[in-house]
Amino acid sequence: MATDTSVDLRTRLQNWLPKLVLAPSFALVLIFVYGFIIFTVYLSFTDSRMLPSYNLVGWENYSKLFRIREWGVAIKNLAIFASLYILICTVIGLFLAIFLDQKIRGEGVLRPIFLYPMALSFIVTGTAWKWFLDPGIGIENTMHLWGWDSFQFNWIKDRQMAIYTIVIAAVWQTSGFVMAMFLAGLRGIDTEILKAAQMDGASNFQMYRRIIIPQLRPAFLSAFVILCHLAIKSYDLVIALTGGGPGNATAVPATFMYSYTFTRNQMGIGASSAVIMLMTIAAIMVPYLYSELREKK
Amino acid sequence: MSVASQDNAMRTGRAARVFIYVFLLVFALFYLLPFFIMVVNSVKPLGEITGGNMIALPKTWTIEPWLSAWSTAQIGVEPTGLRPYFWNSIKMVVPAVIIGTIIGALNGYILTKWRFRGDTLIFGLMLFSCFIPFQIVLIPMARILGILDIAGTTPGLVLVHVVYGIGFSTLYFRNYYAAFPTELVRAAQIDGAGFFQIFYRILLPSSGPIAVVCVIWLFTNIWNDFLFGASFASGGAAPMTVALNNLVNSSTGVREYNVHFAGAIMAALPTLLVYIVAGRYFVRGLMAGSVKG
Repeated sequence: MATDTSVDLRTRLQNWLPKLVLAPSFALVLIFVYGFIIFTVYLSFTDSRMLPSYNLVGWENYSKLFRIREWGVAIKNLAIFASLYILICTVIGLFLAIFLDQKIRGEGVLRPIFLYPMALSFIVTGTAWKWFLDPGIGIENTMHLWGWDSFQFNWIKDRQMAIYTIVIAAVWQTSGFVMAMFLAGLRGIDTEILKAAQMDGASNFQMYRRIIIPQLRPAFLSAFVILCHLAIKSYDLVIALTGGGPGNATAVPATFMYSYTFTRNQMGIGASSAVIMLMTIAAIMVPYLYSELREKK
Repeated sequence: MSVASQDNAMRTGRAARVFIYVFLLVFALFYLLPFFIMVVNSVKPLGEITGGNMIALPKTWTIEPWLSAWSTAQIGVEPTGLRPYFWNSIKMVVPAVIIGTIIGALNGYILTKWRFRGDTLIFGLMLFSCFIPFQIVLIPMARILGILDIAGTTPGLVLVHVVYGIGFSTLYFRNYYAAFPTELVRAAQIDGAGFFQIFYRILLPSSGPIAVVCVIWLFTNIWNDFLFGASFASGGAAPMTVALNNLVNSSTGVREYNVHFAGAIMAALPTLLVYIVAGRYFVRGLMAGSVKG
């Protein structure tokens, strides 16, 4: 009888144990992610300045936010940056992957070279490119020393062009990673179909256009989602490369949020900009994650 | 006729191959050049950078910039070099990676082998947390760290990184354990093995590959983090990335480009080393784990 209840207790404990072990991390995620999101959303409806205030002011922060010139600049910059970054990374990544997949001698050497920038911090990348693109000591100066006196490349100092230098550095950092995703997709394609198509006399170009690239759809989707997410979050690279300058010419939502919240003491507006960033990412990620999780069932 | 056309096909093939090799080599150069410039200019005297060619090899080799970046360069207001910040990063990254990996392994084990109602929802909530823009948590996090009295300290950063690493580490282990035969777990259960026994004896011994992936992922992400470091530990407890940014952007005196490059390489070395030693697993893991549910 005594052993019976102890066994019973033991099995019941065993049944509860998994949930007990999972509970702390679930609680952490609930509080530190979802609780914090709710808190920030709440703050975005208050008149918080240097410190959080619980005085509700309705949509005021949002209407103010969209009247601030710098936020307009940040949104425009993000649009330019994200679209070019995603497009160029995808194109370069796809071509590198297709070419690397042609039984290239030295693939084992080339692949890590394409990929290593991904291991670096954006601060390191930013530092390297900042001086490389600097007209005084970088590529412009080098071209002048090589005798090409009319060569000009001062985008990083140019209010109109500075955002494109961020695209260059960001593409340098992540296009190799996109290549890896496509390469994995290419290696997973059934070679039987390709052989059959070849027998039918399809040219290389036709094979890629009609058969291979359509089969890479999941890789395209993953690359798109990851690049979008990286683009919206991008903060470090902008800080290290241009610091948001010249002026605020390269401000993006991430730098805007930080400066309004922590240096300009406009926490309410900072919070509302963070909420907009979250909504943008959620609009992309939630359908994607939902479909991924459903497929598995 | 047929011979000629065959010959033609071969020739275009060769031209295409040459094009492919040139394309790949040009890009290899594109990826290597910035790092080459960093290395070359970190061993040059400053005069050769400001007055000379950035791509040229040094005329006089010097390790002075490295010594300066490591121990004497001005970081913010203190001439301490990057050394204390390097150790800050180590002290932050090692506990955060160990704790994060253990949590991820246990979560992955539970979510695949001890399934219960609502587990997919819990996993979904954890998964989405990987992708939030961290700006949304900065303000409350600063408050909580203040309340817990660990604001501006390395333990505070460890907590932050553990919390926001849970999503990815759980994802990796869940995907890995999902392929592990559940029959083995059931059999062990019938033999009377408990929750932790099954984990230690049956799953853990075969978790090597995914543990490597998870460790590398957490290590690179936490080491390379800038936003949390800049927000919650900008003073004496600042991690390496924040210190490097301070070094490069300190406006006092002459810009010592060579010191900046040496500092940048120092900040890059740990992750590069990890990548070189175990990069193959890293890539494989990223491709298998990061994007699939």
